[in-house]
Amino acid sequence: MDYEKIEKSAQIKQKIVKTGTYVFLSVWALVVLFPFYWMVLTSFKGYGAYNAEWIPKLYTLSPTLENYVDAFTKVPLGSYFLNTVIFTLVTTAIMVVVTILAAFAFSRLNFYGRDLVFTIFLALMMIPSELVVITNFVTITNLDLRNTFTGLILPSVTSVFYIYLLKENFAQIPDELYYAAKVDGTSDFRYLTRVMVPICKPTIITVTVLKVIECWNSYVWPRLITDDSSYFLVSNGIQEIRENGFGRDNIPAMMAAVVVISVPLVVLFVIFRKKIMAGVSRGGMKG
Amino acid sequence: MKVTLENLTKIFPSRSKKEGKDVVAVNSFNIEIADGQLVGLLGPSGCGKSTMLNLLSGLQKPTSGKILFDDDDVTTLPPENRGVGLVFQSYALYPHLTVRQNITFPLENRKGKDKLTKDEMNAMALEAAKLVQIDNLMDRKPGELSGGQQQRVAIARAIVKKPRILLLDEPLSNLDARLRLQTREEIRRIQRSTGITTVFVTHDQEEAMSISDSIIVMKDGILQQVGKPQEVYDEPVNLFVAKFLGTPPINTFDGFVKDGGLYIGEEKVLDVPHAENCAVTVAVRPEGFEINPHGAFSCHVDRVEVMGRDVSIVSTHECSHNPLVRSIISSENAQEVTGEWVKFDLKKNKTYIFNKETEERIFF
Amino acid sequence: MKNNNLKGWLYLLPAVIFLGVFMVYPLIDVFIYSFEEGYNFASETYSGVGMFNYSYVLRDPYFLQALKNTFILVVITVPASTILALLISVGLSSIEKVKNLFQTVYFLPYVTNTLAVGLVFMILFKQTPYTNGFVNIVLGFFGLSPIDFIGGPYWAKMLVLCLYTIWVVIPFKIIVLTGAIASVNPIYYSAAKVDGTGRWRTFSRITLPMISPTVFYLIITGFIGAFKAYSDAVALFGTDLNASEMNTIVGYIYDMLYGNSGGYPSFASAAAVILFVIVLTITCINLLVSKKHVHY
Repeated sequence: MDYEKIEKSAQIKQKIVKTGTYVFLSVWALVVLFPFYWMVLTSFKGYGAYNAEWIPKLYTLSPTLENYVDAFTKVPLGSYFLNTVIFTLVTTAIMVVVTILAAFAFSRLNFYGRDLVFTIFLALMMIPSELVVITNFVTITNLDLRNTFTGLILPSVTSVFYIYLLKENFAQIPDELYYAAKVDGTSDFRYLTRVMVPICKPTIITVTVLKVIECWNSYVWPRLITDDSSYFLVSNGIQEIRENGFGRDNIPAMMAAVVVISVPLVVLFVIFRKKIMAGVSRGGMKG
Repeated sequence: MKVTLENLTKIFPSRSKKEGKDVVAVNSFNIEIADGQLVGLLGPSGCGKSTMLNLLSGLQKPTSGKILFDDDDVTTLPPENRGVGLVFQSYALYPHLTVRQNITFPLENRKGKDKLTKDEMNAMALEAAKLVQIDNLMDRKPGELSGGQQQRVAIARAIVKKPRILLLDEPLSNLDARLRLQTREEIRRIQRSTGITTVFVTHDQEEAMSISDSIIVMKDGILQQVGKPQEVYDEPVNLFVAKFLGTPPINTFDGFVKDGGLYIGEEKVLDVPHAENCAVTVAVRPEGFEINPHGAFSCHVDRVEVMGRDVSIVSTHECSHNPLVRSIISSENAQEVTGEWVKFDLKKNKTYIFNKETEERIFF
Repeated sequence: MKNNNLKGWLYLLPAVIFLGVFMVYPLIDVFIYSFEEGYNFASETYSGVGMFNYSYVLRDPYFLQALKNTFILVVITVPASTILALLISVGLSSIEKVKNLFQTVYFLPYVTNTLAVGLVFMILFKQTPYTNGFVNIVLGFFGLSPIDFIGGPYWAKMLVLCLYTIWVVIPFKIIVLTGAIASVNPIYYSAAKVDGTGRWRTFSRITLPMISPTVFYLIITGFIGAFKAYSDAVALFGTDLNASEMNTIVGYIYDMLYGNSGGYPSFASAAAVILFVIVLTITCINLLVSKKHVHY
């Protein structure tokens, strides 16, 4: 056997595989990043310049901010944005409180029917939202809550998955802490707010951030329940801009609007990258 | 097949860049393992013996030095071209494959002219399985087997491809005490019947001594001593080897040499005509004590433990490194231990002295 | 622990009210709606009980179109995205340098607004009087003539929809798969290496069987997700999906409920129940298959 030859060929093979892997991964990174690049790039191109490019350029030499000005002045992007912020904050806040209370009940308190209710909750995780949206639509319409924040928010509040996630986390806190607090005369509510919530802060943050993303991107329910554009969220807003927006096909301005509504999420992602990815890999699902 | 290591060194760079030193897991090892031997690689945990095994198998590449199989330099050869069989400490059996599939797994990797037919592979697997006596378990999954059976499957998988060298990583550590005795005989038997040069790693000196043709003692990546188990036991080259081998462990005392005499405390316990004057550590095997009412070495008796054939006299001595001195005396000679004090003579061939600083053996 | 019946229910009350009103009640109600014939939204009356809503929906050409679109989408995107995610995850697991950077980049589509980025995709693929669009120009380098992917032939529109769907769903799969691959005990790879196992065999005989529960989990959730496709299509083709022949089942449900065809909750309910039955059936089949093939 020619050992040197075997060794050489093994090394070469490894190099080829490694290079191939990096090339493949880089190509996919490009596929992922390119739309983002394109949207930022286009948002800085002038309307005339953009339409004059039969072959779109991959760069621009005369960046302009006029599209961003247009996005806020010619269409009510600012109001869409504000609506979404209000919707997201209120929905998330209510959701977090409801979730913490329910998770506490499931993990710490002992009461009649607890396990049965928990099983029903788990079963509800499997129910597709399409099935319930119809009645909710009818309910909200009959309550005369269309085109109101209340109508937007109420059906979006509950997330069984997050209750489940937090309950699992709460259950990991050793019983001794609870008994110690009881001996000291701490009430259940105080124990929840002073002990359990601080200990499980990482999970609560994860749940909060995931819910914020979900709210920011929600489209179906807002679309059904609002037809007055002063209550539009960004998803509907962008659709409205696309269909009746600038009076003409002003793609650079549209891209500026897209950049504006994407930035908050990207910032959020950069800050909470690890928490978001960890939370999602535990079974969070889009849609 | 003969295995030769020349100046073999493996250095792991330290993880943190700021501080922390590089770890020298194996430090210029020179050794020759004769063909067909069963060799025990022995040392406390963290001494680099697992790294040594990885270097031999090719899973890791040495920093410097050479590994020769017979006359072939295999130092940088990838593991699959070396012809090694490796049995992992946790066995690493594929949980989703049956015993048969696990054993044939290495054979299915062969390509080109070495490719085997299904029948050939099954025949070879059966042969290996018979050798380790698991041929009745071929269609089970590893999860359905006991620890000892899994161990045998792992050995069968390692020997089925007829390796030039068989490596076992702590082969007995995951078994209970009863199985351990049985399995070590088994390993000896399998090694004898295949004649494959075998290296096994262990931290248990008894295990290594009982079945090895020769043992290699290492500490902190440095080779301490190589030899037949009895030789190493009888003639340790330094204090570490003396202390590491033997149960119960060797007794050690502070002492000194003065004008050809070995002293422990005030008492002159042996004549050491060839040793120079210096402070030493005296080490005495438990069986190195002889009761003699006029003996030179006196200890304060703590208790006498009767073990049938022998008795163990547990005593204290102010110069002892350990709280208790343990001596083993055949029971008919132990009648005389009655009082508070016992006097011993030390056997010359069971008593060793080591330099207090270097811990190297001093011959006398 | 002593029983706190009242207290326990008090803590649970908000969640129970929300879920009861907006999930449990609608769930029951949707089945009732689906059997109420001729429901009138304004007067909240209905003329009879029966299967008419179902037979109407199943004969509606728009529904059949939506059904066909959804099935094509499912059949293409679920295997394609799973395999691609598997390849990427395996590649990702085999490298050390810049792994974190790649992982972060790959995750980006998950946190972006589907509607907004869909618009970018549309622009990249769309042919307008001013430009053939970026993708057509790239295709032009390979000698292919330009196609309008957004307003052109059916297969082209379907292709873009599939590509965008894959782009959107892959981050979730990558992150779950890399987690699963990382949890395989490295000792198996050492064992395989000593036995001279090649890369492909190591992957197919060791890695894949060991992560098979995760792969099946992804396939099941992938099916469920793809059957519920809707906003991706809206992002690319606008809200009037029937006109562009790109509607999906979920899109049909919403259109029936509200939108151009306006206000038929009975038909919407029937369609939703049909979708639910399809998804349930496929999930059950998936589970049966996975029981056979996932070993532990």
